[in-house]
Amino acid sequence: MAGKPRVKIPKSVTAGDVITIKTLIKHKMESGQRKDKEGNTIPRDIINKFEASFNGSVVFSADLDPAVSANPYIEFSARVEEAGTFMMKWTDDAGTVTEFSKDIAIKG
Amino acid sequence: MNISRRAWLSTSAAATAAAFFGISGSAIASIEDVEKLISEFGGGATAEAGGPLKLTTPEIAENGNSVPVSVSVESPMTDDDYVESILVMAGDNPSPDIATFHFTPASGVAKASIRMRLAKTQDVFAVAKTNSGKLYKVSNNVKVTIGGCGG
Amino acid sequence: MNRFLAPFAIAASAAVVASVVSMTVFASPADDALVIDGELEMTTRTTSIEGHPLSEVISGWHYRTDDTRTLQQDSFDNPGMLGVEEGEVYWNTVEGTEGKSCATCHDDASVSMAGVGSSYPKWSEKLGKPINVELQINQCRTENMGAEAYKFDKEGQKPLTAYIKHQSQGEPVALNLEEGEMQQWWERGKETYYQRTGQLNLSCATCHEDNNGKYIRADHISQGNVNGFPTYRLKQSNLISLHNRFRGCIRDTRAEYPAAFSDELMGLEVYTTWRGTGLSVETPAVRQ
Repeated sequence: MAGKPRVKIPKSVTAGDVITIKTLIKHKMESGQRKDKEGNTIPRDIINKFEASFNGSVVFSADLDPAVSANPYIEFSARVEEAGTFMMKWTDDAGTVTEFSKDIAIKG
Repeated sequence: MNISRRAWLSTSAAATAAAFFGISGSAIASIEDVEKLISEFGGGATAEAGGPLKLTTPEIAENGNSVPVSVSVESPMTDDDYVESILVMAGDNPSPDIATFHFTPASGVAKASIRMRLAKTQDVFAVAKTNSGKLYKVSNNVKVTIGGCGG
Repeated sequence: MNRFLAPFAIAASAAVVASVVSMTVFASPADDALVIDGELEMTTRTTSIEGHPLSEVISGWHYRTDDTRTLQQDSFDNPGMLGVEEGEVYWNTVEGTEGKSCATCHDDASVSMAGVGSSYPKWSEKLGKPINVELQINQCRTENMGAEAYKFDKEGQKPLTAYIKHQSQGEPVALNLEEGEMQQWWERGKETYYQRTGQLNLSCATCHEDNNGKYIRADHISQGNVNGFPTYRLKQSNLISLHNRFRGCIRDTRAEYPAAFSDELMGLEVYTTWRGTGLSVETPAVRQ
């Protein structure tokens, strides 16, 4: 189960600026490689997809594999031309989607 | 650090030799897996070593559970000329895939960073693909240390 | 251990230590400054308190690689902060028969919990022994909230402890050993610190006092200060509590390890916290 995500986005930018967005979400990212005390393989359970959209259009996405560390950290860039809303989505193996949105304003 | 064509060839030679002598090691299998993934990713195109693609990894990872990795490609990121995807792979993990990043012109810059798990000291590979089908590849060696003790 | 065998045991353990601790590989703690979010300057090196066997106390932060140290510089990048945020949720969650949350009585933690992380463990008149933050939380839960005590390392114990101690981030560690029988418990902890145990016959001092700066396999041995607990360890990709770390280290000397919150470990917590007097509370620290 994913915990609450953390997203770092500037509050406002100059139109046309390219910003860096940082995200962090709590998740075990169970690789499917570990075994429990009885020797049974602990089933894989990871966040396998991340998607960032701005005003409805996808800006960046990532397909994640079990080699991504627990509590996945994803840093990426986006060019912001206008004010709007960033929507981040994390999807896990069970299909559960965690969403987080943040508004951004244009300076001046 | 770029891998030269010679380096790729010597790796393949080693793989062939190992196969001939019946040595099966997960290390050898993974290099072949990596090459297979690159081939699928690039649609069979030949990858140019390095170029505008940069792969940043630490020389020594304090703990294999969390190793920072960054990829970036110098590109205008316009509708006509942009980086579509970058694939990051491990040469000696139980499974080679680490992550695939997908960009759009709205990304502004073709750049991404994550933290990955490395099972042991190995080469980490990155392959980038542009919208016109150009392919670039790069690899770095990352030493993964075994700690002393403690919990 | 009888007197005849003792010298051999000590020689044998020294040999074991020598084989894993490379006597020729020494690295100075990193020359770097820890400033959180470019604002909060942290004291990570300082003159030790009087009576301390080392002249300078150094935070474990200095013994980690560049990448690990960098993670702690930024509150956003620090994965331990996920635990702190989880703790904040627990802080505000009503639990127990009395219908209270921590916040009901303690309101804003940044005000009410300031100074807790830097001054615990404290003397508990009620228990007749030192009390740490974990046990204080449980005491509040059972006596004031009508809720069940947390089991060791379970549920809200780690996140809440991290959240509470985090409110003292930057404050210098300073225990009051004058209260109650704290001094005796300090003595007891000191004895534990220097007592060799286990098949490997190692004490805390063997590594953390006598060999800090050297490498044990690829681990850069620190002074073993505890000012950053609960700590986010890359190894477990999780917050790790102090008593979990104590138990792990002692287990790795191949000794039977004491129970969490046992008298032995409480004494050790008092003593090791004292050894870090003057260092800033770093919770949540990031370590390997």
